[in-house]
Amino acid sequence: MGRIAKRIYIILIFVFLYAPIATLIVLSFNASKTRAKWGGFTLKWYVSLFQNRDIMEALYTTLLIALLSSLIASVIGTIACIAMDSMKKRPKSILLGITNIPMLNADIVTGISLMLLFLSFGLKFGFGTILLSHITFNIPYVILSVMPRMKNINRNTFEAALDLGAPPLKAFFKVVFPDLLPGILSGFLLAFTMSLDDFIITHFTKGPGIDTLSTKIYTEVKKGIKPEMYALSTIIFTVVLLLLILVNKPEKEEKKILH
Amino acid sequence: MKNKKNLLASPFIIWSIAFIVLPLCMVFYYGLTDKTGAFTLDNIISIATAEHSKALWLSLLLSFISTVICLLLGYPLASILAKLGKNKNSLIVFIFILPMWMNFLLRTLAWQTLLEKTGVINSVLQFLHLPTLNIINTAYAIVLGMVYNFLPFMVLPLYNSLTKIDPNVINAARDLGANGLQTFIRITLPLSIPGIISGITMVFVPALTTFVISSLLGGSKILLIGNVIEQQFTQASNWNLGSGLSIVLMLFIIINMVVTSLFDKDGEGAVL
Repeated sequence: MGRIAKRIYIILIFVFLYAPIATLIVLSFNASKTRAKWGGFTLKWYVSLFQNRDIMEALYTTLLIALLSSLIASVIGTIACIAMDSMKKRPKSILLGITNIPMLNADIVTGISLMLLFLSFGLKFGFGTILLSHITFNIPYVILSVMPRMKNINRNTFEAALDLGAPPLKAFFKVVFPDLLPGILSGFLLAFTMSLDDFIITHFTKGPGIDTLSTKIYTEVKKGIKPEMYALSTIIFTVVLLLLILVNKPEKEEKKILH
Repeated sequence: MKNKKNLLASPFIIWSIAFIVLPLCMVFYYGLTDKTGAFTLDNIISIATAEHSKALWLSLLLSFISTVICLLLGYPLASILAKLGKNKNSLIVFIFILPMWMNFLLRTLAWQTLLEKTGVINSVLQFLHLPTLNIINTAYAIVLGMVYNFLPFMVLPLYNSLTKIDPNVINAARDLGANGLQTFIRITLPLSIPGIISGITMVFVPALTTFVISSLLGGSKILLIGNVIEQQFTQASNWNLGSGLSIVLMLFIIINMVVTSLFDKDGEGAVL
């Protein structure tokens, strides 16, 4: 394959992946309320977005659930990795197998199974049940990000710290934790993104009166999506895009120096 | 020391039992009983009724087609990315992570706007004097939605297994006189099988079980097995039937997992 052919191929895939995103951004500036017609350029949806209490509440719920669930999953997942590292092969592989279940199983089955569990234990469907479900499907992402890092850890340094009189917890945070941190961070970010983008599991485990952005959009599909939703998505997308560019920039400059 | 460390696993073990193992047992309990709680196989056998088996076959067919398309589109992309070298990491983020921050339902809905009779794509086609596409609310639109949503899940494991191939092996093949195609068929392709298998699972399972893509792009007439199950829980409130059909669905997922583990013993095609 020629170099130009490769470039064109990557560009075509990008067009395919980003065409719907571009469409949504264009729609957020559309003065006409329907998706089908272009009614001229406007910024009014960006203004009315902040006065729309429903959407703002759904945004708050979504972010809070994503933050709490990925934080709790990071703690449980990291502790589990440390414990599994010193386990015998058998129990370790059984535990890792269980970890894989929510990732390999269909979301619809995970959602239904959790719904049945909450129903039979008489839990009230709402914020708590959504949070429990999100922690459950987030833990595997943390474990799979942290586990490969465990191999890099030198046990001797931890034991040296203990020998030199550091209490175990302090030795852990001073010696082991810094080595794990990149894995924990990427697991946390992955979990956060997954929680934010989830619809199916939330759909089955939420109660009436509470909505994340996804479930709100799903109920709006039949009535017509409020253009404020497009405005909100455009804002979120732009913020993340800018963050990514900021994060990636210093690396590029380094490379220029190196090559 | 050792006991203390094993104690550390307890939060995760308790969590897994309470929220992974126990819920699955509930699905089996509901699936194998009727409304009074008596044992029955009716919920599972009902997959054989005309309505349900039609939905299952359509799901199997569409998810199979989508998986093949994802593989054909994803393999060249993954191998280009694997050979790119330096700035590929940011490209991968732009392919996989960034789109996820735009809500998945909205992204799928945007295809409605693109595909409609008077939508963006048809306007462009008309402008170029090409025949227009009328695929919205058909099975074709569902396949497109599946490929769009799940293509990244195919590319990532492929990319991972392709970057693990030692370039010296490929160079050796070339030195020994194999041409590009021979090297690909006899060296690269066999070594990337773990990635292919893992990618197939990652696309096939969500495609087989989706109810969102079909309800957003397929109109209300096309029912996939996911839609049938979802309706049992949200509209019909027949949890027993819904659970029974979920067990059937899990059977296909388990078959898929067994096949995967046969081909990918070391977990080389793992996503992360």
